[in-house]
Amino acid sequence: MSALGHVGTAVEPGAAPPPSTEPVAGARRRRLLPYLLLLPGGAWLTLFFAVPALQLFATSLYDPSGSLAEGYAMTWRLANYADAVAAYWPHFFRSFLYSGIATAACLLLGYPLAYAIAQKAGRWKNLLLVAVIAPFFTSFLVRTLAWKTILSDNGWLVGVLRDLHILAPGGRLLATPFAVVAGLTYNFLPFMVLPLYASLEKLDGRLLEAANDLYANPVRTFARVTLPLSMPGVVAGTLLTFIPAAGDYINAELLGTPNQYMIGNVIDSAFLVRLDYPQAAALSFLLMAAILAMVFVYVRRAGTEEVL
Amino acid sequence: MAYRFGRWLADRWILVIGLLVLAYLFLPIVMVVALSFNKPSGRLSYDLNKFTLDNWLHPCAAGDMCTAVGRSLRIGLVATVIATVLGTLMAFALVRHRFRGRAATNLLIFLPMATPEVVMGSSLLALFVAGQVPLGFWTIVIAHVMFCVSFVVVTVKARLAGLDPRLEEAAMDLYASEWQTFRRVTLPLVLPGIVAAALLSFSLSFDDFIITNFNSGSTVTFPMYVWGAAQRGIPPQVNVIGTAMFAVSFLIVVGGQVTAWRQRRRLL
Repeated sequence: MSALGHVGTAVEPGAAPPPSTEPVAGARRRRLLPYLLLLPGGAWLTLFFAVPALQLFATSLYDPSGSLAEGYAMTWRLANYADAVAAYWPHFFRSFLYSGIATAACLLLGYPLAYAIAQKAGRWKNLLLVAVIAPFFTSFLVRTLAWKTILSDNGWLVGVLRDLHILAPGGRLLATPFAVVAGLTYNFLPFMVLPLYASLEKLDGRLLEAANDLYANPVRTFARVTLPLSMPGVVAGTLLTFIPAAGDYINAELLGTPNQYMIGNVIDSAFLVRLDYPQAAALSFLLMAAILAMVFVYVRRAGTEEVL
Repeated sequence: MAYRFGRWLADRWILVIGLLVLAYLFLPIVMVVALSFNKPSGRLSYDLNKFTLDNWLHPCAAGDMCTAVGRSLRIGLVATVIATVLGTLMAFALVRHRFRGRAATNLLIFLPMATPEVVMGSSLLALFVAGQVPLGFWTIVIAHVMFCVSFVVVTVKARLAGLDPRLEEAAMDLYASEWQTFRRVTLPLVLPGIVAAALLSFSLSFDDFIITNFNSGSTVTFPMYVWGAAQRGIPPQVNVIGTAMFAVSFLIVVGGQVTAWRQRRRLL
């Protein structure tokens, strides 16, 4: 995941020999080669990622009075967006609230873990890294359903919390915002830990010693040395957690109720159940635009352009 | 002395918290394994009830689950092969060649990783519907290749960029042709990256629900089966598949680590 940081930073290509020393045909082949290598993958991404995004935008402006069977008329109806926001702003709000809380929780949980692995684990480092990605070894849905058992009303967790009076006698965990946020936190935690680990691993231990020698206490050392140096990891990790969490609807569906539904649930049912394509497309496009705008502002604020 | 003790405590304190967080990550996995040996009290009950080996002895007793698993494996294999080839070619172009349009290419590779799945899945559906493409096996493959390619490029690129260029120069100095250099030096050195990218693609494809849900029509993959079953009551055999997936992946990763470790020892 740390590799995400390198996506935008051009890797210097191996120096190509000057064309004059080569036969003309060979030089032309050299010039064309990168395009030939890029063509199949680039065409696939253009055709099945970029074109669909444009098609989605076009669909969002169709006249909603049409239907899938009869076809839609393109009327450049921007009002679809206003209608979508008016009808579903609570779901947008909830999505960003839940995923924001989950991202903060991932940072609080993931930082100590990444730090422990990078700086304290010694020869157990690789084993612990495997342990971090271990949840990916089994199915996302099956894991989320396991949470349903863990949080269930008859489960030991609810029992313990009720005995400790943290939860009222009839109180529940399942079907609450807490369950949805906890599920999101759990499912995206590895995406936070891996980039954090990548930047904390590069941290030079001598800098921490130097801070100590200069009479900085541990809190100050963390705030002035460790944290600033790990900022690229923090930025990459929060993005990798927040983006998929904001669009997720599996946790809200399996661990929550319609009262916890997020914007993903609405888009899913608009496309697949209500078959209201123009509105569904408007919602989907809004989600993408909102996330891209947030990412842009966030990356600007965090001051690490390197990530994009 | 007090300082030393404080330092000692601080060191362990971080490790203890880290291990607690790991425990949180492992809790559902332990539960999946436990549930695979569970005999539920009713169809809609997810609580631990009674120990049984039935689920492991009859994994295919649960409706069409095994058909769905087989279909997911086939889709995963096809999508992995295509995505790995396309992504590896792109990675070579990006690391080894100078060309116009690099920034646009990087953006095209980065954006699918930064777009929520629900947006990618729904936009592809909008395209298929507009083009009247029948949904099924191949639309799922198309979608899976699309979101796997970027991860392949990133993984292979990292490996390629870390390669020592002197090794290839040495081969050329020893009169190896361009093709021989590629075949005997470059490819073997990049292979671990390509294998890692393929494994990543396969696991992404096999586990994908959101994008598949939009583009599958009536074709049922394993995650689609689990989703559908969640409304009707999950058969405990689902957890057998979950546990088996975990065991196989774990063996592959640990096996890979051990092989890498052995090779390193041999070289020293």
